[in-house]
Amino acid sequence: MKVKVKFFAILRERAGAAEVLKEISDGCTIADLWRQLQKDYPKLDVPGIRLLYAVNQNYVGLDYVLREQDEVVFIPPVSGG
Amino acid sequence: MFRVTHQPIDLNELVHYVADPEAGAIVPFIGTTRNNNEGRKVIALDYEAYPEMAEKELARIGADAGKKWPICKMAIVHRLGPVQIGEASVIIVVSSAHRDAAFGASRFAIEEIKKTVPIWKKEVFEGGEVWIGTQSGQPLSALK
Repeated sequence: MKVKVKFFAILRERAGAAEVLKEISDGCTIADLWRQLQKDYPKLDVPGIRLLYAVNQNYVGLDYVLREQDEVVFIPPVSGG
Repeated sequence: MFRVTHQPIDLNELVHYVADPEAGAIVPFIGTTRNNNEGRKVIALDYEAYPEMAEKELARIGADAGKKWPICKMAIVHRLGPVQIGEASVIIVVSSAHRDAAFGASRFAIEEIKKTVPIWKKEVFEGGEVWIGTQSGQPLSALK
């Protein structure tokens, strides 16, 4: 199955892409997906960065199990205001 | 009204939006871009958002503020794209029957924006540029 991953801010620059479709296997969690993406885009591994995770515009935990067509965003430290 | 926009934010529009015959106070907060940060001379700030989620989180902040304080109406608009020094990057306007509620809700909203809303700013300063941001605290919705 496929999920859509969107990159923003520093992660968009590091990945060199704003959006990718990623093939994943059943039971794949946010943590698993992040490990796979780091292989595809080694520069995503920003030293010391703390991320939050969103699926379909809601914050989720690292152990969230992904479903077909989920929209996944790894959220780098926010700085609105 | 909870939204992000690439256009300059119109304070008057937001004040009119929150106007309410039952309100005895309207409190505006304008966050502006400063010309210096941590010793760097800042030229401009460039804001980026995950727009669908940013607007959803802004609305969540408005709903939470409404549970904590008896407010009439609230508007939060955050600017995106390049924002020149001195311009408004965010405006929050709250109306309430009595001033304490509007001041409280306004303060709450700006603090929450800085913690949970997926908006990022890149600081362009003399000699370089850098993404700003510290992840302080877990968003409430992450704990559910």
